Amino acid sequence: MSGEYIAQQIVNGLILGSMYALVAIGFSMIYGIIRLINFAHGDVVMIGAFLTLGLLQVAGAPFLIVALVVLIASAIVGILIEKGAFRPMRGAPQVTGFIASLAVSIMLQNLGILVLTAQPRNFTFPDYLQKVINMGGVSFRAVDLVIMLSALTLMCALILLVNKTKLGMAMRATAENIDVARLMGININRTIMATFAMGSALAGIAGLMWGGKFGQIDPLLGFVPGLKSFVAAVIGGVGSIPGAILGGYVLGLSEVLFVGLLPPIYSAFRDAFVFSTLILILLIMPNGILGKPMEEGT
Amino acid sequence: MNQSRNRLVFLALILLGIGFVALVRSTVNEYILSIINFVGIYIILAVSLNITNGFTGLFSLGHPGFMAIGGYVTAILTFPVSRKSMFLELPQWLANLEMPFFPASIIGGVCAAMMALVVGLPVLRLRGHYLAVATLGFLIIVQVLITNWDSVTRGPLGLNGLPAITNLWYVYPWVVVTVYVAWKIKFSSYGRSMLSIREDDMAAQCLGVNLFRTRVAALVIGAFFAGIAGGLWAHLVTAITPTSFSLILAFYIVVMVVVGGAGSISGAFIAAIIFSVLTEIFRPLEENLDVYGIGEIFTAAILILILIYRPQGLFGSREPGFLLTRDTQ
Repeated sequence: MSGEYIAQQIVNGLILGSMYALVAIGFSMIYGIIRLINFAHGDVVMIGAFLTLGLLQVAGAPFLIVALVVLIASAIVGILIEKGAFRPMRGAPQVTGFIASLAVSIMLQNLGILVLTAQPRNFTFPDYLQKVINMGGVSFRAVDLVIMLSALTLMCALILLVNKTKLGMAMRATAENIDVARLMGININRTIMATFAMGSALAGIAGLMWGGKFGQIDPLLGFVPGLKSFVAAVIGGVGSIPGAILGGYVLGLSEVLFVGLLPPIYSAFRDAFVFSTLILILLIMPNGILGKPMEEGT
Repeated sequence: MNQSRNRLVFLALILLGIGFVALVRSTVNEYILSIINFVGIYIILAVSLNITNGFTGLFSLGHPGFMAIGGYVTAILTFPVSRKSMFLELPQWLANLEMPFFPASIIGGVCAAMMALVVGLPVLRLRGHYLAVATLGFLIIVQVLITNWDSVTRGPLGLNGLPAITNLWYVYPWVVVTVYVAWKIKFSSYGRSMLSIREDDMAAQCLGVNLFRTRVAALVIGAFFAGIAGGLWAHLVTAITPTSFSLILAFYIVVMVVVGGAGSISGAFIAAIIFSVLTEIFRPLEENLDVYGIGEIFTAAILILILIYRPQGLFGSREPGFLLTRDTQ
């Protein structure tokens, strides 16, 4: 096993981790603000991927415009999900929201199957993004570079937004204590809506990247990455944005290294590995790496 | 007086059921009969999940995982020896074993219950939706293990050509046993401690309820019946694959419990009938009109509406009055 091979695996892990991190941020923000594990978050990834497919290949729009439209449209999808399903049951026990999000997820997946059929579709990015770059024995495609850089840019933008703007302050206040925040004159509905919009926008972009990276998409594609991103959020500490980013990279790297470094016979067990990690982390350090102690769930 | 009235009502219901089974078996065709069998299996699943989820408030998505364990164990035990050696690489004692269905399904249920004990001991320290996520993780781990344990499970191909043993004379008694056990638990002091944990575990603990033991028991009892249902299911469909026991199945069972009313046995019973009949109605519709997925969309929409407008479900935690005596009211 050469150093180059390991370096290659690390790069692959970072690419996968970037996508996990983008999705995990949304999970973590939504959990932070209304204590909801939003299962439907992964399906926004699927919607983003299909939007990209439609705009890029059917409509032939330029790449940057596609990315912008996906960003905005996914944000709108997030707002619709929040308004349609979660707002009417705000204040209900946490498990109620969790069941509802499962229902929303199954609804979106089957709407996808109904409209787009379950047949996987091929997905090709423009040629200049497919070019293979070789750097000191480690090779990757231009699209991988774009994934990593744009993920980093988006994450920085989000952290700035949450820490430096008035809306971000409102979000942090609401996450801290929703009732006190309301007393301070913060518009809770608008703040929660903004949280869903931002989280979903990032998930939609992750969908665009997912399609570009793996080259094939189907209506169920969001489910497993969505779950794994939740695992990433838990690893980092649910509710913390830096935690979600860290968790995403940790999970991406360890998953790729698990498959790449162990004998091939184990690679079929990668999902079992990820979810055993989840259960272990929930049991041993439920606050994750960077999370605050969580309150007792009801 | 009350006790005897209660017994009479139960006896009357059981006899009514036997009459119903005898009637449908002689009148309706194979297709309808298989649907009725499925309905029975769904009733077992919903009522048993109700012990875990409804009574004790342990939100478990792992039910299909226990079902898969029961199903595979039963299937391997009843598989004819001649075909076993063709498909599977089993240890000698297992390869030469061919069991009748009934003991095999009991062993399947016991294996599922033991697995619930092993999983429950660590995982049941979690609460609320964290428990739900952990049990979902368990479900996925079970699927991955079954898919990759080729020598025993034939991996993704699954076991097919199982003897078609399950009929209503097997399903119906298990429905009765499941409902009876659930009923007995609900109206015993044990059931009351389960309900008290659901309502407020801190208060329950203060009153001397052993939280952990009661939670584990609720999970184990639920898992046993899930394992039985898995065995019945495998020998009704005559094939069993890892994808049969998926999250969508867990979702359907949870829908039945939530819509029926968490804690209500009659509610789970009726909701199981409604939803399994609904899926059967949607299936030909989907195939003829090429609208795959419409059944799931419809079910999910009903669930969301129920959660918004009637979160306690159809029955809440109650049972219909004519089934109750004064001491159970």
